[in-house]
Amino acid sequence: MRFQPTEDQRALRRGVRELLAARCAPQALRTAGARLDRALWRELGRTGFFSLRLPEAEGGVGLGLPEAVLVFEEAGRVLLPGPLVATHLAAGTVPGAGDGTTVVTRADGGLVPWLDEADVVLGNSSDAVPVRSVDPLTPLHRIPSAPPGDPDPAAVLLTAAEQLGSAGRTTETAVRYAKEREQFGRPIGAFQAVKHLCAQMLVRAELARAAVYAAAVTADPVEIAGAKLLADEAAVQGARDCLQVHGGMGFTWEAEVHLHLKRAWVRAELGQTAAQAEEALAAAL
Amino acid sequence: MDLSYTEEEEGFRAGLRDWLAVALPELPPPPSPGDWPARRAHDTAWQRALYDAGYADVHWDASPTRRLIFLEETEKAGAPYVGANFVGLLHAGPTIAAEGTREQRERWLPPILRGDEIWCQGFSEPDAGSDLASLRTRAVRDGDAYVVTGAKIWTSHAEVADWCELLVRTDPEAPRHRGITWLAMPMDAPGVTVRPLRTLAGSTEFAEVFLDEVRVPAANRVGAENDGWRVTMVTLSFERGTAFVGEVVACRRTLAALARTARENGRWDDAVLRRRLGRLNAEFGALWRLTQWNVSEAEATGGVPGTGGSVFKLRYSHARQELYDAAAEVLGPDALDLSREWNLDRLSSLSYTIAAGTSQIQRNIVAERILGLPKER
Repeated sequence: MRFQPTEDQRALRRGVRELLAARCAPQALRTAGARLDRALWRELGRTGFFSLRLPEAEGGVGLGLPEAVLVFEEAGRVLLPGPLVATHLAAGTVPGAGDGTTVVTRADGGLVPWLDEADVVLGNSSDAVPVRSVDPLTPLHRIPSAPPGDPDPAAVLLTAAEQLGSAGRTTETAVRYAKEREQFGRPIGAFQAVKHLCAQMLVRAELARAAVYAAAVTADPVEIAGAKLLADEAAVQGARDCLQVHGGMGFTWEAEVHLHLKRAWVRAELGQTAAQAEEALAAAL
Repeated sequence: MDLSYTEEEEGFRAGLRDWLAVALPELPPPPSPGDWPARRAHDTAWQRALYDAGYADVHWDASPTRRLIFLEETEKAGAPYVGANFVGLLHAGPTIAAEGTREQRERWLPPILRGDEIWCQGFSEPDAGSDLASLRTRAVRDGDAYVVTGAKIWTSHAEVADWCELLVRTDPEAPRHRGITWLAMPMDAPGVTVRPLRTLAGSTEFAEVFLDEVRVPAANRVGAENDGWRVTMVTLSFERGTAFVGEVVACRRTLAALARTARENGRWDDAVLRRRLGRLNAEFGALWRLTQWNVSEAEATGGVPGTGGSVFKLRYSHARQELYDAAAEVLGPDALDLSREWNLDRLSSLSYTIAAGTSQIQRNIVAERILGLPKER
């Protein structure tokens, strides 16, 4: 049992992190806003982001869910925008999805992210009406009449992986700030009231990590539902605590933390909601 | 990322299952919780059976993965946990194995493994709980012995123990972490008085131990004089490694039983309760995976449990309380009836965020040792 990522998997994670760090600086994200960066999308396609799990014979990278989870975790860390999960899952079936020349979104329950920017929309979105999206980096449409669909386990898991990445990032951001910011003559991270918030952020993120990685190995739908539930909690509550640690700065538009919170709220509604996940987990008892 | 076990590990699991299938039916039923001599006899008989079958040292010599398999399989089969052997197997024994002289290892370790001798722990004091290093029980050297005076508290199994792993202050002038010494004290020595403490669950799980000029041979000192704090830290890290494996398995079984009861008594129709049980399913499933994560990490780093144990304990102790609060919801008014299953467990679960390092102390450990945040002082 070697649960921790292998050397190859860690190298993959490093490579994706370096690529995204260069392309997803917070300022660049804000400037792009609700417009999709097509050049970046094609670059992601060339690096195998979308075709990661396609067999090599079909032009893919031939890797599995564990590798995809590590890659999507990195995407979540830097708030990489776009219908990443839908396009990744469409690779091999929708022409151009795998190489990043086609942007694919899909109706996900009652929500469709990135409808206007997408080249291909999966599912019926004819009744879709635009929403004034809480997340400035994720345009949304609502389908008022849509019945709740059956969750696609792979989509749920990859969304959970993005949440995990966000939880890791907000934990690091909060800890860094708590070490730098001084009040009463010492770093605020020396105060237990603050350091305990940070400790709880790490606990939630590490539990979610074990759940998400294990679900990637087993691909069991119930385990995936559990991973999504815990990753949602880690991302949403992590962003809330990160905001709190930042004090007044956390409430500003300038700070990055609100973008993590808003995206985490959006992802919590995508793939499988908490209510759906909890019912699935209860039914399995 | 791999969750599969090697052929050798699966062989170990199969052999253990076969043995349990034969050994467990021969085991007498567990004695009443208040009957300490009977509990000692029951726990030591089980340890002896493990010894004869070659499993006694699984907590010490086996790989973390084998330990995980052992704890998982024994719990699933309904075998007793370490019980009165806890301190010997998981605290004192590992400390003596790591820090004792050859003579000390030969004197104390085989009786622990065979279930012949029971140990208890004399660490906490009435005025030294979370701040263990402030302990004040004094030991003064007098010839070939230390003369020990003071009081210890929360000492489990003190009524039936043969030995106590004792932390004493040998140098009151030194910085507080550097004046502490580790001694093995015979519990039948003159001057040792044990006074049982009744817990809020009504049971006597631990005791106060009063020490009045107790003579402990200097040969019973493990490690150097005044080096007891370091010696002890070796012990404490063992407790936070795989200590809760069996309990996580048991909690998952309890959760399944809760769902069965809720389906029978109609509470399952309450969506709020049903979803709460669903969330607990995610929680304990993930805690099992986190256990595997920590074991796999310990395996990769040579068997030393890391700080991941604090992350686990923080979440697990809270989850256990949530589990039994959910049980109370399932039971409704029957939650007030102590003769019903789960209600005493609900009371005992309240100790989990306190014992072996309170949640507040665990958060300090996580924040300072893992996240690198500065100390408050």
